[in-house]
Amino acid sequence: MLMGLFNYWIVVVLMMIGLYIVIAHGNLIKKIIGLTTFQTSVFIFYISMAKVDGGTAPILADDIIQYSNPLPHVLILTAIVVGIATTAMALSLVVRIKEAYGSIEEEEIQQQDNQIQEDEKNGRQA
Amino acid sequence: MIAHLPVLQVILPLMAAPICLMLKRAQLAWLFSLIVSGLAFGVSILLLQQVMTSGVISYELGGWEAPWGIEYRIDKLNAFVLLIITAISTTVLFSAQASIAKEIVTSKHTVFYTLYLLSLTGMLGIVVTGDAFNVFVFLEISSLSAYALIAMGNDRRALWASYQYLIMGTIGATFILIGIGLMYQMTGTLNMEDLSQRLPEVAQTRTVFTAFVFIIVGVCLKLALFPLHLWLPNAYAYAPSIVTAFFAATATKVAIYLLIRFTFSVFGFSFSFTIIPLQTMFMALGLVGIFIASTSAIYQSNIKLLFAYSSIAQIGYMVVGFSINTVAGLTATLLHLFNHALMKSAIFLALAAAMYRLGNVQLNNFHGLGRQMPLTMAAIVVGGLSLIGVPLTVGFVSKWYLLTALLEQGWWPVAILILLGSILTVIYVWRLVEVAYFKEPLANKAPVKEAPLYFLIPIWTLIIANIYFGIDTRLSVQGAQMAAMSLFGVTP
Amino acid sequence: MLLIFLVVVAIAIIRMKNLFAVVMLTGIYGLLSASFLVVMDAVDVAFTEAAVGAGISTLLMLVVISMTGHRERTTRHKPLLALLVVTITGGLLIYGTLDMPYFGSADAPIHNHVASRYINDSMQEIGVPNIVTSVLASYRAFDTFGEVVVIFTAGIGVLALLSIAHRPEDGDKTGSFNDSLNEQHLIVRIVSKILIPFILLFALYVQFHGDYGPGGGFQAGVIFASAIILYSMLFGLNIARKVINQPFIQFISAIGVLLYGSVGLASILSGGNFFDYNVLSNDHITGQHLGILLIELGVGCTVASVMIIIFFNFAGRREMQQKNEREHNKNQELS
Repeated sequence: MLMGLFNYWIVVVLMMIGLYIVIAHGNLIKKIIGLTTFQTSVFIFYISMAKVDGGTAPILADDIIQYSNPLPHVLILTAIVVGIATTAMALSLVVRIKEAYGSIEEEEIQQQDNQIQEDEKNGRQA
Repeated sequence: MIAHLPVLQVILPLMAAPICLMLKRAQLAWLFSLIVSGLAFGVSILLLQQVMTSGVISYELGGWEAPWGIEYRIDKLNAFVLLIITAISTTVLFSAQASIAKEIVTSKHTVFYTLYLLSLTGMLGIVVTGDAFNVFVFLEISSLSAYALIAMGNDRRALWASYQYLIMGTIGATFILIGIGLMYQMTGTLNMEDLSQRLPEVAQTRTVFTAFVFIIVGVCLKLALFPLHLWLPNAYAYAPSIVTAFFAATATKVAIYLLIRFTFSVFGFSFSFTIIPLQTMFMALGLVGIFIASTSAIYQSNIKLLFAYSSIAQIGYMVVGFSINTVAGLTATLLHLFNHALMKSAIFLALAAAMYRLGNVQLNNFHGLGRQMPLTMAAIVVGGLSLIGVPLTVGFVSKWYLLTALLEQGWWPVAILILLGSILTVIYVWRLVEVAYFKEPLANKAPVKEAPLYFLIPIWTLIIANIYFGIDTRLSVQGAQMAAMSLFGVTP
Repeated sequence: MLLIFLVVVAIAIIRMKNLFAVVMLTGIYGLLSASFLVVMDAVDVAFTEAAVGAGISTLLMLVVISMTGHRERTTRHKPLLALLVVTITGGLLIYGTLDMPYFGSADAPIHNHVASRYINDSMQEIGVPNIVTSVLASYRAFDTFGEVVVIFTAGIGVLALLSIAHRPEDGDKTGSFNDSLNEQHLIVRIVSKILIPFILLFALYVQFHGDYGPGGGFQAGVIFASAIILYSMLFGLNIARKVINQPFIQFISAIGVLLYGSVGLASILSGGNFFDYNVLSNDHITGQHLGILLIELGVGCTVASVMIIIFFNFAGRREMQQKNEREHNKNQELS
């Protein structure tokens, strides 16, 4: 059982490392990197599902009888595109945030926002 | 053409988006988007009629039968939701040009409309499809366009809000992807109808259990169910006002649709409610959400933030109705889906009008606004009454159905808590009403005029709908009831 | 074995503070994943992952950290919350894998239901040897359409956030500045001038050969875009913009999506459902080939143009920031 599922378990470890990076780190770019790691690990997970022992790539050729499953490949191709699209959007947000806040660390940004909120509330009472 | 309506519903805004990108003048882009959205609304009406008369519509994309090809499957539930989304989209678009003229630089207006159409496409695509992976793809279309639209707000906090939404939303979407993968592994199919037939054999495996949990958590992130709601208040508050008006009424509704679709149609409600204590969990989380969000709303000085928290509370009501797991409970949830869309879009459109005239939505700018912008404030008041659940408004109808559904099952402590929630709503609505009507305008603020017609027409259309559907409840109640009954497999 | 390397790289990413190194490690992670995917028989996917994960993604991140800074601050808040979430999620996932069919087993449900028809019948129904292409471009063409729209949306989103209106006189001034810098990279410039036509040719090969081997519209689009990006990195953004200007590239991205959709509409007008290629021609195999060719072309157009749009916007923003800094420093010196 261990060998049969070992592949999947390592992939789970990879996914969790990616998820950990996203939540634990305050630097916005590290978060994005964590997100991409998480997503790439999910892709590896799907593709591991598709593998058939003794099979080959799903390109039809005359002398091959056993193929690996092509459907997860299709799904993951789409998912990779979705992943890069998300990464591009996230990176452009980071560029704009750096211009607006002067920092890309979560705590510093949060601090600046809390400052504004305090000012707005005091502005009301003034 | 009639046979192709299901795909037209999604293709219309989808192909319109690249065309919109190539239009040079903002006015033209606006008019074009408005027409496209109106056509989509027309298609949804035709689809609803067709479903009501001839039953479930199935459309094979590519001519390949499911599950080898992708199937579009329209039953009473998604026809109902399609109607709501397209109606709100068209109404909100009417005010869009006026609103973004003051909130977004002119050079980005065509890009704005392109993103709006893409967001509409994404939402419609999620609702119409009968294929689980297709849901993921269109979920990402709607999410990506949402992140961009929110970030176009002119406050820098919009950027940070959009980033946080992006991180949380992508984690949610990836969870859904993991869930779909696990389901696929145990059944070999992605088609929802096929899944519902193949899952019962493998229902007791740990893998299916894990798949279910991941999908539910992913959907709850998009739903902003407590405690996964942290992205919503800032995203709604700092986005361009018209974007908030659109999303507040549609984005979370689509997430509720997904929740219902996965628990009822794919996994089956008997499985979903027994495998994990879904009823207790959702009822508890819904109630906690109602109370915490309503209380947070009371302390806000940014009116958009106030109503954003109010939205989280309203989602709590919908989730409580869902958790009752009876036809009556689900009817109440679907009814509230319809009614809340009407309420919130009216309120946020009115806030967009206020933003247009005032430049911001801080509470201290609302002093005396009742006299300076009478029609706009009156709209907010009626919307607020609807949120509280005053008779003659749609809010009352939803609350009534929810309370009766609860009492039917003997959940009267929960019913009392729901009523307490309404009292909290009274408090935060009264805060705004008091300032607007009973305080004099502050000395250093310039007087403002009433909002232009571009705002007033759609706002009052929605308000009148609020009252009309509060009195003549046939369409909304019947629609919700028939959808709920079909999901439980009960023939009317 | 490869998986162990992946874990090592991932842990290194957590621990390192120098963002430049972290981005490079991410590129390595992508490349290792691609290698693993080849071992798993997923050649199309590996191709795409290599181009995207090790290529475009690393490139964009490098451009961004050149604008936002190279180091991460030391404070790493919420490690406990993160550990909690990760342990619960990971534990749940491992629990879920206990009932899964073993890795590589041929009698798992997924190999016997939907997939068997794709493998056995796709030659008669579609006539294309690469099964992944026939599933992607015909059986599940609508998902791929959604994918094209996703990448289009990302391009528009980047446009919305990062684009700046260009004034022609700025271009000429900064053009000369860039030229002087780039003369230092003489060898790279000459080599790339030789290579770029071959890269473009390779992109076209991948585009049209996707039916018979790994490849297709998406990979081709990324390769095509990399050639243009290489050119603009070495010869300056302004010269590249003169060759490929902003309105033109936006037009191409829109055309790609519309081309894809028009194939579907053509199917409807010929009497079939949306994306039913069988009705596009008298012989259904020809119809399938025609449909697949056209939609792959649409995918290639949109992907290439969106990648170029994204890069140009990021680089353009960087140029703007550098210009503002130079003016700021000049003003400080004067005062």
